[in-house]
Amino acid sequence: MVKYIVKRILFGVLTAFVVATLTFFIMNLVPGGPFLSEKAVTPQAQAAMEAKYGLDKPLFVQYLTYMGDILHGDMGMSLKKRGFTVNDIIRNKFPVSARLGLLAVLVSVLIGVPLGSVAAYNRGKAVDNVIIVFSTAGIAIPTFLSSTLMMYFFSVKLKILPSLGLQTPASYIMPVLALSLYPASYIARLMRSSMLDVIGQDYMRTARAKGVSTFKSIFKHALRNAILPVVTYLGPLLAYLMTGSFIVEKIFTIPGLGSEFVAAIPSRDYPLIMGTTIFLACLIIMMNVLVDIAYAFIDPRIKLK
Amino acid sequence: MDVKKNPLSLQLNVDDFVPATADEKESLVVMRESVGFWKDGFRRFRKNKIAMAAFTVVMIIMVLAFIVPAFYPYAYEEQMKGSERLGIMEYSAKELQMMEAGESVFPHFLGTDQNGRDYTIRVLVGARVSMTVGIVASLLILIIGSVYGAVAGYFGGKTDMVMMRIVDVLYTIPDVLIIILLAQVLKFPLQNLAAVPGFGWITALGPNMVSMFLVFALLYWVGMARIVRGQIMVLKQNEYVTAAKALGATNGRIIKKHLITNCIGTLIVTTTLQIPSSIFTESFLSFLGLGVQAPMPSLGSLASNALNGLQTYPEKLFAPAFMIFIIILSFNLLGDGLRDAFDPKMKK
Repeated sequence: MVKYIVKRILFGVLTAFVVATLTFFIMNLVPGGPFLSEKAVTPQAQAAMEAKYGLDKPLFVQYLTYMGDILHGDMGMSLKKRGFTVNDIIRNKFPVSARLGLLAVLVSVLIGVPLGSVAAYNRGKAVDNVIIVFSTAGIAIPTFLSSTLMMYFFSVKLKILPSLGLQTPASYIMPVLALSLYPASYIARLMRSSMLDVIGQDYMRTARAKGVSTFKSIFKHALRNAILPVVTYLGPLLAYLMTGSFIVEKIFTIPGLGSEFVAAIPSRDYPLIMGTTIFLACLIIMMNVLVDIAYAFIDPRIKLK
Repeated sequence: MDVKKNPLSLQLNVDDFVPATADEKESLVVMRESVGFWKDGFRRFRKNKIAMAAFTVVMIIMVLAFIVPAFYPYAYEEQMKGSERLGIMEYSAKELQMMEAGESVFPHFLGTDQNGRDYTIRVLVGARVSMTVGIVASLLILIIGSVYGAVAGYFGGKTDMVMMRIVDVLYTIPDVLIIILLAQVLKFPLQNLAAVPGFGWITALGPNMVSMFLVFALLYWVGMARIVRGQIMVLKQNEYVTAAKALGATNGRIIKKHLITNCIGTLIVTTTLQIPSSIFTESFLSFLGLGVQAPMPSLGSLASNALNGLQTYPEKLFAPAFMIFIIILSFNLLGDGLRDAFDPKMKK
C-alpha cells in the first residue's frame, strides 16, 4: 500500500516536471518577445528590459533558472501587470475559480448520482427514458452554449438573474449550472450503468431475501458499490471544471484564474502563462493521484500494483 | 435390366451411385448463408432505430455541409453592401427593388451578419469546418493511437513498459491548457512554413486548422493507444498468431494482418465516438478565438460573435448552437449504436 502511494506520488511529480518543461519550451518556440508589441521602444530599452527579466541569456540557462525558482515556490514577476508577482495573481484569482469549480462538482454529483440511480431502479419505465434522453442531450451541449443560452433566457429575456460577475449569491447560479450540465449528465449515465450492474448481483438478491428494506438495500448495498466509477471520474472532472471554466469565466466576466490564463496567452506574458499552466497542471495531477489512492481505500478488491 | 439380387450378397446397388438431381442438391444446400462479422454487425445496427435515425441525420448534415454550399447562390465570405444585419427572411432595400423589378432574389433564411454575409451559408460552412476538423482529427488519432498501441501490446515487456509510461504522462497532462498554448504557438511557425514551396496547402486550410490537427495528433491518441493495446494483448495469445509466427511471418505482418484486423470493431467504435469529442474541442477553441481563421466560419466562432448582438439577434446564436448540438448528439448516438452492433463486449 505505502509502496503504491509513494509510486503514485513520484509519478505525479514526474508528470508535473514534464508539463513544466513542455510549457517552457513550447512557449519559447514563438517568434517575437513579450516587449515587441509595445510602441516606441528603442533597441537599448528593449535590451535593458530583456536583461532585467533574464531573457537575454541562453534558453537553457533561462530554463534552469526558472526551474530552480519554481522549486523555491517563486514563479517570477508578471511582465504585463507591472508590480505583480505571478504568485500574487494566482493567490488572488484562484479562490474565485476554485469556489466555482467545487460548487459545480458538488452540484453535478448531487444531480447525477440520484438521477442515475433512479433511472436504473426504474429500468425501461418512463422515468428511465426521460432521464436517458436528458443525460444524452446534456453531454452534447458544449459549456459555451449552455452558458450563452442560459444568459439569453434568464438575464436578457426574463431579467431574473445577473449576467456579470459574482457579487451576489444569485450570480453563482448560472455559472455553476453551466459548468455542471455536462458532468451531471455524464455522471447520471455512468451511475445508471454501474447501478444496473450492481442490482443484478447475487448479494442484492440475498439482501432482499433476508428482508432488508428497499431503502436500506439501496443505500447500504447498491450505492456503495455502484458509486465507484463515479469516484474515478471525479479526478478528470475537476480537470474539466478548471478548464471548462475558461469559457464560463469569459462569458460571465468572472475574475478567475481561467480568464487570466486566456488573457495572458496573446499578450505573451511568459511567467504568467507558465505559472498558471504549472499551477493548474499540478492541481489536476494532485487530484488524480488523490482519487487513485482514495479509490484503493474505498474498494479493497482492487489490487494495488 | 432388373438383376435379381441375392440378399446375402455384398454386391452394391448401382442406383445408389446415380448423380444427384437438381432437386436433391437443393435440399442439401445450407438453409442460410453464414453470417460474417460485417453482416452480423450491420444487421444488428439496422435493427437499432435510434442509431439508424442518428445515421440519417449525420448523412443529411454531411450533404448540407459538404454539397449544398457548392450550389448555394451566396458564398460564405461574400459581403453584400446594404444588406447588413438582416433578420430572418428579411430583404435589403436594394433586394426589394430588384424583386419589384421582377428579378428573383434568393432569400436569406437566417438573415445576414454585420458584414452583410448570408448567415445560412455561414452556418453550413461552419458545420463543414467543424465536421472536417472532427473527422480528420479522429482519423489522425486512429492511425497514431492504433499503431502505437499495437506495437506496445504486441511486444510487451520492457518496450511496453516504456511506451505505456509515456502514455501515462501524456494522459495526465491537462490537455486543454496545452492545446490552447499550442494553438497559439504553432500559428507563426506554420505561417512561415506555408511560404515554403510545397507547403502551400497550409494556406489553403488555414494555419489555425493545421495547428489544431497537430494538437489533436500530438495529445489525443493516448486513449486510443490504451484501448488498442489492451485488445492486442488478449488477441496475441490466440493460436493463429503462434501459427503465423511458426510460418515465419514478420512481426509487422502479424500486427497488420492478424491483430489490427481483429480489433477493427473497437477501432471503428472508438473513432466514431472520438469525432464528437474532437468537434467539442474545436468549437471550444474557436469560441475562445483560437480556432479557424476569419473569414472562415466555424460553429464555435459564429456562436462567439453572436454573443454581442444577443439582445437583438438571438437567432444568430441559436442557429450555430442548434447545429453543434445536433452534430454532437447524432455522432454520439451513432457511435453508441455502432458499439452495440460491432462490439457488444464493450457495451457499458
